[in-house]
Amino acid sequence: MTALFGYQKRDSYFHRLTARAKLLGLIFLTVAGMLSFDARFLVLLTVCAAFALYRSRIRWAEIAWIVWLTIFFAILNLVLIYVFAPQYGVKLFADKTVLLGTGHYALTSQQLFYELLVLLKYAFSLPLTLVFLLTTQPSQLAAGLNRLGVPYQIAYAFSLTLRYLPTIQTEFAMTKKVQEARGYTLGADSSWPNRLLATSRLLLSLVFATLEKVEVISQAMALRRFGKGKRRSWYHAQHMGQQDWLFLLGTIVLLLLSIFLCQQNGGRFWNPFS
Amino acid sequence: MKKRTLATRDVVAVGLGAAVFLILFKLIAIPTGLPNTQVNVAQSWLSLVSIIFSPVVGALVAIIGHSLNDALSYGSVWWSWVIADGLYAFVFGWLVKGARLNKGRLSWKKIIWFNLSQLVANLLAWVVLAPSLDIWIYAEPANKVYLQGALSTVVNVLSTAIIGTLLLKLYVNGRGQDRVLREEDE
Repeated sequence: MTALFGYQKRDSYFHRLTARAKLLGLIFLTVAGMLSFDARFLVLLTVCAAFALYRSRIRWAEIAWIVWLTIFFAILNLVLIYVFAPQYGVKLFADKTVLLGTGHYALTSQQLFYELLVLLKYAFSLPLTLVFLLTTQPSQLAAGLNRLGVPYQIAYAFSLTLRYLPTIQTEFAMTKKVQEARGYTLGADSSWPNRLLATSRLLLSLVFATLEKVEVISQAMALRRFGKGKRRSWYHAQHMGQQDWLFLLGTIVLLLLSIFLCQQNGGRFWNPFS
Repeated sequence: MKKRTLATRDVVAVGLGAAVFLILFKLIAIPTGLPNTQVNVAQSWLSLVSIIFSPVVGALVAIIGHSLNDALSYGSVWWSWVIADGLYAFVFGWLVKGARLNKGRLSWKKIIWFNLSQLVANLLAWVVLAPSLDIWIYAEPANKVYLQGALSTVVNVLSTAIIGTLLLKLYVNGRGQDRVLREEDE
């Protein structure tokens, strides 16, 4: 299986920002981008996100696969939208300029513009998420989540997930091989009932192995008095510096701009056709 | 013991449960040809976690596991479906709470209740909530998202009915003596 990609230790502007600032910034920008259907704003946001990706010193080879995958899904989604609602843009923008063809599937500039908006939504969010994922150390993220008001039990559960992903992945691969050795194969060459039984058996061993781990880990944590206090300290806790506040200020300005544009346009859409 | 915060065991269950959920989501998924829509074994795992632990644990497993999976495999999180998945686990867990499915023998009555509950929870999550959020957040055309929702419902209901039921049966049968100490925590 392809390895899960994640944090890369390097030195860049985004690596130096605290996890808390990056998380909050990501939330602000995502909300700003989700809220707005103003093409001008989405282009601005995409440019900012692309610049962030460039500045974060992430190598193309590390993200190429995921970028192509996203492009594939984005195109698939655009095609589907066209298949199911070819005149959706006409309805949204209350105007119809036919470019090509006639009838229900006639290509209109309004539809093209709407599909461009959908594409821009993918275009801005992908670089942002990539920068966040590849420059944020998981333990710092858990600490940051807690500092943002998420209960520390949930922040700790989140860091447990990241910690146990590789372990469970290895265990999964091993269990699969053991089951295959016993004749329960998941591959395309076995019959459907056999595959279903194999899947259930594989799941079952994962269930029991996981339940056992839950017992052991929770007892170890109980012995260390986990959950007794109202707060906990974090080994990877960070303090917000000047850079962090400046970064946050920038993202807040973009969020406010998004809200301002919604008011200005009298709704979430900006209509260039009226 | 404590009412407002999660018990330590639940914290660990959420952490590990989400990790297993993510691995299953990534490794055993049979695509149906529509984006965001696949036959998912992870859904059966989610149902079992909701039964063994609690609806809240199930919902957290779904939210952490699903959003992390989206971020790690697609680079962006499709929030409407993450929230819907969380709702599924919570509603399902809440519906089966009284039935004590993981205690004692698994009768036909319990199996029927299990499947009725997953049907209701799936309908709520994928026919009602997910498409509505898609329209509200992403302004997607209604007929497209409702079709996606309906298709996921069919796929999820069927896969949970087959794999989920089989898993529950095997779990109840295979549970050994090691669960004697469990009663004290509850």
